[in-house]
Amino acid sequence: MTVHSRLTAARCPVLILSLFAGLASAQEKPVAIVGAHIIPITGPEIAKGVLVVQNGKIVAVGQEGSTAIPADATRVDGAGKFVMPGLVDTHIHIGGVGGGDRSSTLAPEVRVLDSINVMDSGFRRAVAGGLTTVNIMPGSGHLMSGQTIYTKLRQPGGKPPKRIEDLYINDADGKPMWGLKMANGTNMLGDPPFSGTRGKSAAIVRERFIKAQEYKAKVAAANGDAEKLPARDLGMETMVEVLDGKRIVHHHTHRTDDIMTVLRLQKEFDFRVVLHHVSEAWKVADEIAAAKVPVSAIVIDSPGGKLEAANLIIETGGILEKAGVNVAFHTDDWITDCRLFLRSAALAVRAGMGRDAALRALTLAGAEMMDLSGRVGSLEAGKDADFIILSGDPLSVYTKVEQTWVEGAKVFDRSREEDRLFAVGGFGAGRDQEPYMCCVQGTGFVFGGKQWGQWGAAGQ
Amino acid sequence: MPKLARSEIRMNTRSLARTLIIAAAAFASLLPGAALAQVAIKAKTLHTMAGPAITDGVVIIQNGKIAAVGPAASTPIPDGLRILEANVATPGLIDARCTVGVSGLLNQKQDQDQLERSGPIQPELRAIDAYNPLDPLVDHVRSFGVTTINTGHAPGELISGQTALIKLRGTTVDEAVIKPVSAVAATLGPGAQRDSAPGTRAKMVSMLREQLIKARDYQKSLDKAAQPAAADPDGKPATAAEPPARDLRLELLAQVLKGEIPLLISANRAQDIASVLRLKEEFSTLRIVLDSGSEAYLLTAELKAAGVPVFLHPTMIRAFGEMENMSVETASKLRAAGIDVAIQGGFESYVPKARVILFEAAIAAANGLSFDEALATITITPARILGVADRVGSLEVGKDGDVALYSGDPFEYTTLCTGVVIDGVVMSEKPR
Repeated sequence: MTVHSRLTAARCPVLILSLFAGLASAQEKPVAIVGAHIIPITGPEIAKGVLVVQNGKIVAVGQEGSTAIPADATRVDGAGKFVMPGLVDTHIHIGGVGGGDRSSTLAPEVRVLDSINVMDSGFRRAVAGGLTTVNIMPGSGHLMSGQTIYTKLRQPGGKPPKRIEDLYINDADGKPMWGLKMANGTNMLGDPPFSGTRGKSAAIVRERFIKAQEYKAKVAAANGDAEKLPARDLGMETMVEVLDGKRIVHHHTHRTDDIMTVLRLQKEFDFRVVLHHVSEAWKVADEIAAAKVPVSAIVIDSPGGKLEAANLIIETGGILEKAGVNVAFHTDDWITDCRLFLRSAALAVRAGMGRDAALRALTLAGAEMMDLSGRVGSLEAGKDADFIILSGDPLSVYTKVEQTWVEGAKVFDRSREEDRLFAVGGFGAGRDQEPYMCCVQGTGFVFGGKQWGQWGAAGQ
Repeated sequence: MPKLARSEIRMNTRSLARTLIIAAAAFASLLPGAALAQVAIKAKTLHTMAGPAITDGVVIIQNGKIAAVGPAASTPIPDGLRILEANVATPGLIDARCTVGVSGLLNQKQDQDQLERSGPIQPELRAIDAYNPLDPLVDHVRSFGVTTINTGHAPGELISGQTALIKLRGTTVDEAVIKPVSAVAATLGPGAQRDSAPGTRAKMVSMLREQLIKARDYQKSLDKAAQPAAADPDGKPATAAEPPARDLRLELLAQVLKGEIPLLISANRAQDIASVLRLKEEFSTLRIVLDSGSEAYLLTAELKAAGVPVFLHPTMIRAFGEMENMSVETASKLRAAGIDVAIQGGFESYVPKARVILFEAAIAAANGLSFDEALATITITPARILGVADRVGSLEVGKDGDVALYSGDPFEYTTLCTGVVIDGVVMSEKPR
C-alpha cells in the first residue's frame, strides 16, 4: 500500500467500515430457512416453522404460512431438518489456552486472550459440534487461574479466524467480555505458594478479596484525583470488577464441601458466580437452589478418574432442575468432545431431565451465565443470527449437525469436505491441535505438579 | 474310560451333552443364586446375532445356559420360570479390551494395577492377579448391558502383561474368569518409550524380535527334552535332553509364538501399524490382534491381506497426540474392507475412568456402520476373535445365559438399559 492510498483510506472511514461489514459476511440479503422443525428455546417447538435472518440478526421466527418471508430472501429448504440456536458452551479449553503459570496460585491479572491459538483445529471441531458462543477458560490448577474470554466462533470473510480479536464479544463500551476463573478442591493443591489444604485455599481467597475491597475503597476515596489513586494493580483491577458484579466468577468445584465453600465465600463477598462441573451438586441441590446460584454442569457417561469425580452421575441435570436451579451444560473440551455437546443434553434426558430444560441448558441458560442472554441463546427476532441446522432431533445419536451459522454467516457445512474432516476426524484433522495447557504437559495430565497419567499409554 | 470309536462318539454326543447339562445343573444348584438361574426373556425385538432379529422373541435360560431361543409363538416357556420383558434384547455385551477392575474408579496409586513400570517386557504378569471384581466401575459398565470384559494390562510398555476374559459377576476372580490368559498385551509407538531401552521405535521392534526368537529357542529345548532319548550307538544308557529351567516369561511367549495366545499389539500411527504387519510377516504363527489402531483406515488392504483383526479404540477417545487423526468412521471403513472389528472400552488415565462400549459402538452406528455390524463389534466379533464364541457373543442354545435388555434401540442416547442377565442370574433391573 502506498503512502498516498493509505492517506486516502484514512479520509474515508465510512468506506472502510462498510468493507469490514462485508468481510464479516453478515448478509444484507435476507435468508429464510423454510419448513424446518424449529426449537426457539423461549417458546414451544414449531413443527413447521420459518426462520428469517438478515444483517447478522434474526428478523422473524414463526409458523410456516403465518410468518412473512421477504420477497428477496434466499430460501433454504428446511423440510425434515431441525433448527435451534447455536450452542453456548460456558466452559471450553480449545486453542491451547493457558492462564496462570504456577508462579502464584492467584493470577487474576492474567488474560487467556493472550494465549490462544485460534488456528488450532479445536475451533473447527467446535463449529462442527454446533457451538457458536464459547467461554474459553484457563485450567483449574490455581485458585484463580486468570481471566477467561467470551467468544463467538466467527469466520471473518468466510475463512477460519487468524486472531483472537476476530472472535471477541464486546460489551456496550466496546471492550471484550470475560469472566474470572476460580477453582477449589484438589487440582490446585501443592507446595507454597500453593495451598496445601482446603482451609488454606479458602483463607488465601478471602485475604485477596479483602485486599480488593480495600483497593476499591481507596479508588473510591480518591474520587478521580490522580494524586490520591492507588498504584495501578492489574490483579486488583480485575478483583474490583468482580466485586462490582461486572465480571462473573466461573468456579470449578466438585465435592459437596467445596461447593458449600464457594457459596460461603460468595455470601461473604457478594460476587456473582457460576458453579462449574459440580460432580456432587446432586447431593446439595436444595442448598444451591436456596443460594440462587446457577450451575454449569458437565455430563460424562462414566464416573471416576479422580477422587472428586468418583460420585459424578448423569442424573445431576434432572435433580438440579427439579430443585429449581438454573442449569447449563458445558463440554470442558478436552474432557468431553465439543463435537458431541448435544449428547450432554440427551444423556441428561435419559437420566430424568426434561427435554425443554436440557435444550435450554445447551443454549439460553449458558448465555445467561455469561450476561449474553440479550444477544444469544434463543431464536427470537432481534437476537444474533446464531443457529444450527440438524439432520434430525437434537437428542438422537443419529442426528448430525449439518450447518452452523454465526451472526448470519455459515461457519460450518458438513457437505464441504474441508469441514467434514473436522466433524468426523481423519488424517490431518489434528493439525495444529494442542491440548489445553493447564493440565496437560508433554505426554501426561499434570495437576499441581503431579503427573496423573501418560498420554502415550492413554493414547489408547 | 473305555475307548470309543469315532461313530460311537458321534452317536453319543447328544446324550453326552444332555448328561453334561444335567450334571452342570446338579452342580449349579449347589451354588448360591442358582435358583435364580432360570429365567425367560420376552423381547419385542430380539437380536440374537446368530441370524436375523426375531420379532416377539423369547430366550429361555435354564441352569445358566440358553435352553431355547425363538419366536414366542413356537417357544413355550416352561412353568416356574421368572419372566423378564423388554422392548429390545441383545446378547450380553463384550468389551474386547479394557482395564475395568484393574485400573480402579479412584485413579489413586492403590487402585491402579494396569501398568507395571519396572521393566519393558513382562508377559508373565497375569490379569487374574490384578482384577478386582468389586471395583465400582464393574457395576457401572454392567448396568448398561456389558456382561463380559477382556481386561488386564494396559498399553504403555513394550510387553505389559496379560489380559483375561471375565464375566461381570462374583466376588472373586475365580468365579468371574472364563479365560485366564486371553491375550498378551504389547505396545509400539510413543507409549512404549522409556528413559532406558526402548527409547526409539526401531529399538522397540528389535527387542520384540529378540524376545520372540528367544521364545522359539526355549520351545525347541522343551520339545527336545520331551522326545524319547535316542539310543547311544556305543551302547551306553540312553540320556534324555534336560528340559530348560522354567522361565515364566519365555513360557508365555512360546505360547504366543505358536498362536495359542493372541498377541494384542497397541499401535496408532500408520508407521507403527506397518511395524505390526512386518512382525506378522516374520513370525507368521503369531495370532496378532491390532489394538487401538487410530490410523488403521490408511492400511485397510494390508490389514485385510495379513488377516489381522482390530480391537478399535473407543470412538469418543480424545483426538490428540498419536490419536490426533482418529476418525469416528474408522470402524465402518475397516468393515467395508472386510476386516473383523471389535470396539473397545480402552484405558483412561483421567476423567472418566472407564468407557461404556454401548456408547462407543453407538457413535460407530451413527457414522457408517449398520445396526447389526455395530452390535457385532461389541458381541459376536470380539467373542470370535478371543476364541469364546462357543460360550458368549450370541443368543444360541447351549451358550451362556447372558442377555441385555433395553427400552428401545440400544444405541439411542435416550434408550434405557432395563435389565442385565449373566449366566441366567438377573444382575440388575433398575433402568439406566
